[in-house]
Amino acid sequence: MKFSDDALDVISRIKKRYPEGKQKSAILPVLHIAQAEFGGWLSPETMDYVATILNILPVEVYEVASFYSMFNLTPVGKCVIEVCRTGPCWLLGAEDLVNYLQDKLGIKVGETTPDGMFTLKTVECLAACGTAPIIQLGETYHENMNIEKADKLLADCRANIKEPISHWSKKHIKKEQA
Amino acid sequence: MSKKVLLNNISVPGIQGYDVYRANGGYASVEKALKMTPDAIIEEVKKSGLRGRGGAGFPTGMKWSFIDKKTSNPHYLVCNADESEPGTFKDRYLMEKLPHLLIEGMIVSSFALDAHTSYIYIRGELLYVYHILEKAIAEAYKAGWLGKNIMGTGYDLDLYVHPGAGAYICGEETGLIESLEGKRGNPRMKPPFPAIQGLWMCPTVVNNVETLAAVVPVMNMGGEEYAKIGVGKSTGTKLISACGHINKPGVYEIELGLPVEEFLNSDEYCGGVKNGRKLKAVVAGGSSVPILPAELFLKTAKGEPRLMSYESLADGGFATGTMLGSGGFIVMDETASVVKNLWNFTRFYHHESCGQCSPCREGTGWMEKVLHKILDGHGKMSDIDLLWDVQSKIEGRTICPLGDAAAWPVASAIRHFRKDFEEYIQNPQSIKEVSYLADLVEA
Repeated sequence: MKFSDDALDVISRIKKRYPEGKQKSAILPVLHIAQAEFGGWLSPETMDYVATILNILPVEVYEVASFYSMFNLTPVGKCVIEVCRTGPCWLLGAEDLVNYLQDKLGIKVGETTPDGMFTLKTVECLAACGTAPIIQLGETYHENMNIEKADKLLADCRANIKEPISHWSKKHIKKEQA
Repeated sequence: MSKKVLLNNISVPGIQGYDVYRANGGYASVEKALKMTPDAIIEEVKKSGLRGRGGAGFPTGMKWSFIDKKTSNPHYLVCNADESEPGTFKDRYLMEKLPHLLIEGMIVSSFALDAHTSYIYIRGELLYVYHILEKAIAEAYKAGWLGKNIMGTGYDLDLYVHPGAGAYICGEETGLIESLEGKRGNPRMKPPFPAIQGLWMCPTVVNNVETLAAVVPVMNMGGEEYAKIGVGKSTGTKLISACGHINKPGVYEIELGLPVEEFLNSDEYCGGVKNGRKLKAVVAGGSSVPILPAELFLKTAKGEPRLMSYESLADGGFATGTMLGSGGFIVMDETASVVKNLWNFTRFYHHESCGQCSPCREGTGWMEKVLHKILDGHGKMSDIDLLWDVQSKIEGRTICPLGDAAAWPVASAIRHFRKDFEEYIQNPQSIKEVSYLADLVEA
């Protein structure tokens, strides 16, 4: 298990943002990069590897990774469909949207389709209440969602997504290098 | 016309980029500030009456004046861009559209606080905004507004963006600091306050995005002029993010003191309740603030028209008033269920409780379960009193205000909508499943 050279380059730049001896601060961005590089989730092996990169104990990585909702601690599908379920989105139909997606994909929230394509996840307020309901996929916000747009999103994923997409991506890592 | 001091240039094409921003008067406040002493800048901010725009409304100049000047430790300024209060999306809008305004405000503020390293802690989900900020910061470095010896003044400043990873509690300033140190976002006991021991135990000021952006007009106009905008102790303008059952959801900059009725119904702002329905309730400042029924929202208990200001929204205390909070303005029409909405918010707080304090960790879960039981048709009348009892035992008994934030919506919903709870309990068949599927197909 090893980060790509691009990722290692970005990580070394990120570490320099914090004072000498405070490199533990880089843990959240490094975990985002790890999730992007190692299949969209953080396995125990991945977390142990991150600990060696930051020169901290594995338990320091576990306790952080398990606190933040963007980190997946179990394997996920290529596309993680994140539907906001909090108040304002809920007022404008998020619950029906989640039910629709469950029926359409034949899975419950938290599950992955048998073909490994989709994981359905509900998340809390994404700061997009004015364009509710909202779905986040990778780094992209899909706003003012409705059934038609949701269907199209799923179809687009099926047609175009070959590699797992996570919030941070190779594209983002490249951007960080620029 | 409404007074705008933050979003006045928002429709200028290309204002996201440095050249256009600079050509439209950008970074003038830095030129002005770097010729002043830090104390003089803090004095201007005090005179402006600027208050924290993240929700608490604490006077910014006073917060700055607490920073420990005697220590030899470095000072830090951290921008709280962890916007995650349900109903609030103004900081995201501001950073996306005017990234240089935040950077400009942060340079002035960092100089005033004698900070040489500053961070923008942005919630991890907003990765595309993270890119926008990084690009703008690179432009600012290139133009000489960041880095060593800024504008030949000898002042050095480095500014970095730091991503979160999904945790509401990291919007609480000490939770944010813990997270920035690479830990779980568990809030710290206060005192010591961050101004004495904050990031890496060094003196730190944490300010909201909008607060730091507002430092720019404060410097440009001078504190006294800025204080003339607004009403009473609610000086200046405020970004309000309006959502829910209204015709024109979005982010609006209002002069504080605007009548709430005008904000809700005027076509310049929310454009009235959607589909011609009746207004049922409003959560005026993000999910944490007390919910108000239409009549108490539009007029105070004394019958005076309510204004969009810290004082007017709070008029009557929690018995009949609410709070301006973060400016997350959630409108519910007559079809909305206050009880079900409350269950949703309570579930949110349960999910987001960091778990350090028993009253919050256990209480939020307990309230969620009782509300679920009522919505499931198994409620008893005594459950309303039980909910009241639980919320009253969370409020004020936790390290951070998340406990209060979870208790207030419950208390206010019972206070103003007890009948709705009783109806659900006495007549479970009345629990109509409101379906929005039709709207979702039409939309």
